[in-house]
Amino acid sequence: MAELPESTATEEPIGIHVVPGRVDSRAVAADIAGSDGAAVDGAATRTRPAPAVAPPGAPPGPPPEPGPSPEPGGGIAGARSTRRGDAVFRGLSTSAGLTVLGIMAAIAAFLIYQSIPALRANDANFFTTRDWFPDPSTAGGPSVFGIAALLFHTVVTSVIAMVLAVPVAVGIALFITYYAPRRLAAALGYIVDLLAAVPSIVFGLWGLFFLAPNLTGVAELLDRWLGWTVVFDYRPDSIPTNKSDFTAGLVLAIMILPIVSALAREVFRQVPNANVEGALALGATRWEMIRMSVLPFGKAGVVSAAILGLGRALGETLAVTLILSSAYNLSFHVLEDGGITFASNIALKYNEAGGVGTGALIASGMVLFVLTLAVNSTSQYLLRRQLKD
Amino acid sequence: MAKSIDISGLDVYYGDFLAVSDVSMTVEPRSVTAFIGPSGCGKSTLLRTLNRMHEVTPGARVEGKVLLDGEDIYHSAVDPVNVRRTIGMVFQRPNPFPTMSIYDNVVAGLKLQGRQPRKKLDEVVEKSLRGANLWNEVKDRLAKPGAGLSGGQQQRLCIARAIAVEPQVLLMDEPCSALDPISTLAIEDLIQELKEKYTIVIVTHNMQQAARVSEQTAFFNLAGVGKPGQLVEMDDTQKIFTNPGDKRTEDYITGRFG
Repeated sequence: MAELPESTATEEPIGIHVVPGRVDSRAVAADIAGSDGAAVDGAATRTRPAPAVAPPGAPPGPPPEPGPSPEPGGGIAGARSTRRGDAVFRGLSTSAGLTVLGIMAAIAAFLIYQSIPALRANDANFFTTRDWFPDPSTAGGPSVFGIAALLFHTVVTSVIAMVLAVPVAVGIALFITYYAPRRLAAALGYIVDLLAAVPSIVFGLWGLFFLAPNLTGVAELLDRWLGWTVVFDYRPDSIPTNKSDFTAGLVLAIMILPIVSALAREVFRQVPNANVEGALALGATRWEMIRMSVLPFGKAGVVSAAILGLGRALGETLAVTLILSSAYNLSFHVLEDGGITFASNIALKYNEAGGVGTGALIASGMVLFVLTLAVNSTSQYLLRRQLKD
Repeated sequence: MAKSIDISGLDVYYGDFLAVSDVSMTVEPRSVTAFIGPSGCGKSTLLRTLNRMHEVTPGARVEGKVLLDGEDIYHSAVDPVNVRRTIGMVFQRPNPFPTMSIYDNVVAGLKLQGRQPRKKLDEVVEKSLRGANLWNEVKDRLAKPGAGLSGGQQQRLCIARAIAVEPQVLLMDEPCSALDPISTLAIEDLIQELKEKYTIVIVTHNMQQAARVSEQTAFFNLAGVGKPGQLVEMDDTQKIFTNPGDKRTEDYITGRFG
């Protein structure tokens, strides 16, 4: 109780400050009324009730007296205090929002500023060159680097990850929302979410020392049945170590599984119960109900979840760096060793990079930045559109 | 086509909570039976046990017997999916499948029974939509989404969807409560036509509606605060609304409580 009068006391000066302000605005409105009647209407609606404003065309007179306050003093003080809270909160949240924009702009500016000199020094086409020799080996020698191989393998590994992860993630999400008993569903959801907490270096080590050596059988199987597609052609003429796009994609798939399945779960949970019951009441089995009600409703959400997963996979560094045996090629044979991505190239090369080399890595980073930005925006756009429908 | 329903000694539970206790009644074929009573007395719950939709809610179960022409629908050998194909249901809020066209909505249930020739589907669509008094309003836009119709049209679309599979019984859970009076009238007219072919059970809060559409009326009430719902009495609608046998029914229909 002791606090209450104190707080009203602190509010009082504010009340006094505001009142003259209000009078001023009315005086201004009255002044404007003298010269231009039309402007008054707008001003009047924005400030205070009309009676206080001089009628259009009236000569500008002394400012009307501030009439007796319509509210009792205590009420006003209370209202002010919440308004000040609002202002403070709005200020804080606005600046937080602006900070994000500022950081984004700063990153973009940094990337552009740092990469321009290197791009100028490049003697080859930045987009079509596969090689990465930005620092001339001899003084005055050529600087040759390009992102063709980086872009290629980044996209290939990420697409493999998406293709492998999405069906599993959707399956998990459907199982959790519509099949599993409630307790099992909660536990399973928790475990899948826990996957997201595993550090990527651990996934990388696992992929390198466990998955790759044990994947030869799978690779041979894929080669036997799908070798004709060229993509799964497996020609282990050298010693196969499976440090391939496929292995990297598989590890990435496991890494993006939690986010994709969590999003899919959220989407499926939003399916209106009326649609679910409508299908069941027609005599649909569980699976038929999912096909009739859940999947059509969740389609856009699942697509956007998949694309978000793709965005995650594009930027993943450590696991991919460990697994891929870096080779700057454009080989479609995803089961064979080789490959290099934007992120793994940066991780491998920044240590030995010279002046041009650093700029070149930053330029490749800029391409990755734009790529992930585009992918994530697409995902957001699809999700928004779904929510609007 | 229409079959009778015999309920005997039915207790309906949500988990450990007994929602409706000891209901026994007979629903005549080719007639309309109305369930009336105050909110929360278990009318809708009981209705949902008649096509085994009740058990869709986690933890929900029943004890007792529900016989469809003598066949126990809760027998362990009976698949609830088959029960729901035999006993159709229309919900309180119209719930056409939002991503499907009007045409696909009507044949949704039929397609579950296997692939059908296009010609047969076309026939069923026209017959069902005519049966639901919707054909003339939508025949030129069958490919348009069902969600684009008005509320009353959507509800008639749901009725068309339910009768497309030619069920034995049609359950209606407050089918007009989300509709305006004109749409309500259209649905009531439709119920009058449908009862020539189907056994209809309708839950309604609107006593005039019960009096207008039904032959038999069952009045439900809570046995007391915190106690399960129960069937107070069931009789000819005429008798329930003019000369009910139970004091509680009289109190309810004359508006003295509930």
